[in-house]
Amino acid sequence: MHIRAWGLALAASICVGQGTYAASAEHGKIAFMQHGCWQCHGTMGQGSIATSGGKRLAPNPLPWETFYAFVRSTNRAMPPFSEKILSDGDLEDIYAYLQSVPKPPDVNSIPLLKP
Amino acid sequence: MARADSQTRFNRRKFLAGVAIAGAAGAAAPPAAKAATTALTPGAGPHPSALRPNAAVAATETATPPAMAKAEGVPGSDFMVDVIKSLDIDYLPCNPAQSFRGLHESLINYGRNKKPEFLTCTHEEASVAMAHGYFKIAGKPLLVLCHGTVGLQHAAMAIYNAWCDRVPVIVMGGTDLDASKRPPGVPTFHSAQDINALVRDFTKWDDQPISLPHFAQSFVRAYKLAMTPPHEPVMIALDTGLQEETVRDRSKLAIPRYAPTAPPQGDMNAVREAARLLANAERPVIVADKCARTANGVKLLVEVAELLQAPVIDQKGRMNFPNTHYLSQNSRGRALLGEADVILGLELSDYWGTVNGFIDNGENEGAGLQESHIKPNAKLISISSIVLNTKSNYQDFQRFQAVDVEMAGDGEATLPALIEAVKQALQADRKAAIEARGNSMKKAWSEARGRTRAAASFAWDASPISTARMAMEVYAQIKDLDWSSVGGDRQLSSWPSRLWPMDKHYHHIGGPGGYGIGYGAPAAVGAALANRAEGRFSVNFQPDGDMMFSPGVLWTAARHKIPLLSVMHNNRGYHQEVMHVQRMSNRRNRVAYLGKDLGPMGTRIENPNIDYAKLASSMGMYGVGPITDPNELAPALKKAVQAVKSGEPALVDVVTQPR
Repeated sequence: MHIRAWGLALAASICVGQGTYAASAEHGKIAFMQHGCWQCHGTMGQGSIATSGGKRLAPNPLPWETFYAFVRSTNRAMPPFSEKILSDGDLEDIYAYLQSVPKPPDVNSIPLLKP
Repeated sequence: MARADSQTRFNRRKFLAGVAIAGAAGAAAPPAAKAATTALTPGAGPHPSALRPNAAVAATETATPPAMAKAEGVPGSDFMVDVIKSLDIDYLPCNPAQSFRGLHESLINYGRNKKPEFLTCTHEEASVAMAHGYFKIAGKPLLVLCHGTVGLQHAAMAIYNAWCDRVPVIVMGGTDLDASKRPPGVPTFHSAQDINALVRDFTKWDDQPISLPHFAQSFVRAYKLAMTPPHEPVMIALDTGLQEETVRDRSKLAIPRYAPTAPPQGDMNAVREAARLLANAERPVIVADKCARTANGVKLLVEVAELLQAPVIDQKGRMNFPNTHYLSQNSRGRALLGEADVILGLELSDYWGTVNGFIDNGENEGAGLQESHIKPNAKLISISSIVLNTKSNYQDFQRFQAVDVEMAGDGEATLPALIEAVKQALQADRKAAIEARGNSMKKAWSEARGRTRAAASFAWDASPISTARMAMEVYAQIKDLDWSSVGGDRQLSSWPSRLWPMDKHYHHIGGPGGYGIGYGAPAAVGAALANRAEGRFSVNFQPDGDMMFSPGVLWTAARHKIPLLSVMHNNRGYHQEVMHVQRMSNRRNRVAYLGKDLGPMGTRIENPNIDYAKLASSMGMYGVGPITDPNELAPALKKAVQAVKSGEPALVDVVTQPR
């Protein structure tokens, strides 16, 4: 299963890299909500120490290959999402959404967060 | 039984029997009783889903009593009030009930509704949770009266929370013991042989006094046991007949004197061994959960941490350690424990969970991954009073964790001896290493603060509103006040605990203990009541799911003018369960069915959305929202803060990110 996941990961990577599949950030946002990603990672992938160990998905998501492999085969706190319940197309769109999330404002520019 | 041994000869029973007979005869039945009879006539209309009470029962419940027979002497419940007043109890959060009507009447008329003052509650769970929150600020227990059986069943979850959180609450449940004399129907449904059995597994002590002298002993004993660490709730079954009997000679009834019991302290040999290990450790770590009970407890923990320059991980069962201190190292807890050679656990609810990890991924034949987080040779020390009072049925004692030095003693009470022992054990040649440890902690603390601030900036302008943004918008409005955070913040990623400077023992009060939903709103009202006496500003981040268990407590806050700012953490779901059902769906390789919701069916509180501002308004308090635009938070909060400063409760409904 791991080999299969890696194989698909590479395939998806190549497709994404060659632009043969036009991943949609707009649809990715919908898929991110429908598949429950927001539940632990927040609607902008900002993460939480309570539900994602403080890890953020966006902006600057993990490299696609790493991201794909983790989603498909993780055995840690996050449950894996198989292709049966989350298609490669939807996952690519989710990745595109995460790539589209803008960087936050500089923390020093936020008066409420000044030390 | 109580009557046989009591002083009374009062004919309350004859009076009640008379009412019942009159109702049965029909001649004296009140309108409600007649209506009940009519509705059961065949063909008179649709059949009810349950039988209505017959005329006799209805009359017992609804009839206007005729003039009561006069008895010489004073009511037994007046003496009970004398006993209660001897213990300086401030408030009595209660839902009224027939089974303690005698005592209720005495408290408000004979006792003049002072010390304790009756606070009208809409549910017994809220009554007990109010007492729970009150104690964690005031350090004093409240008395809660509840209907035996039905009211006590409502109260049971809140009592369990208090038990797990080691909080004293004096609970008294009315019950009518004498089956041959109690009124039939509802009062008998509401009586039991042993109402205390309902909560015996999670109360420290209970009794069912059968005479007034017995009541006096039991009440003072109950108070004393509840207030001796480990603090826990206690239960007294209060016979209706005992309340309503007549005392012919009050001078013969004495009230035992209350003197506090000194808290248990760890054995001195064990204290010295713990000090030796800590003083010689290369990487000691202190973990505190429900340790600091008072301002002095915080001071003592700072002292021992500074002596050792040891990092402190505050699990926040109480406000144990100032997060403004460089030895506060919560964000590095896992890493520090992994490197530790000696770990001091102070009043930990879950030592196993502190030093081990659990991953709920279905592996290991469904048991999940379980991994130690610490070095195999790390020495573990525990100081906890809970081992003095562990029961069998409920599993609040958690998994068994072997430790090297274990003391059955109160953490705060043992700290002075530990401090002295550490001073004795510290060798001069350790001074440089300890100082270097402190310097590394200062650097780490400063870096962690920077990382936390940066983390808060992500999704800063998001809608739903980020929990970090919500926390800091609230702080901006209250930072110049003497504030107290009276709710848990774990569900909003602990942002207040991570970003607000917390250095006073009332800056936060921990969580529910047993994680029973329905604690948050009433405990916050209880804590705010205690803060009112100190002139403090109380704020509570209120989860939406928790709110709907006891929303009536908002009315209690408005009715009794308890100033409290409730800021709704409205993520429109039972979010823990949202994630659990998603996890199970994935594990079984199935798509979670959402219906029209945003989360798995049955876990979301939407369609329709609840309007919490209207809910607040309907209870007579200021309410605003729902707020979805973060830029609208500041003006809304400003108005709400003004309302609270004027002495009223107020609520701001904020639609938030999940955590």
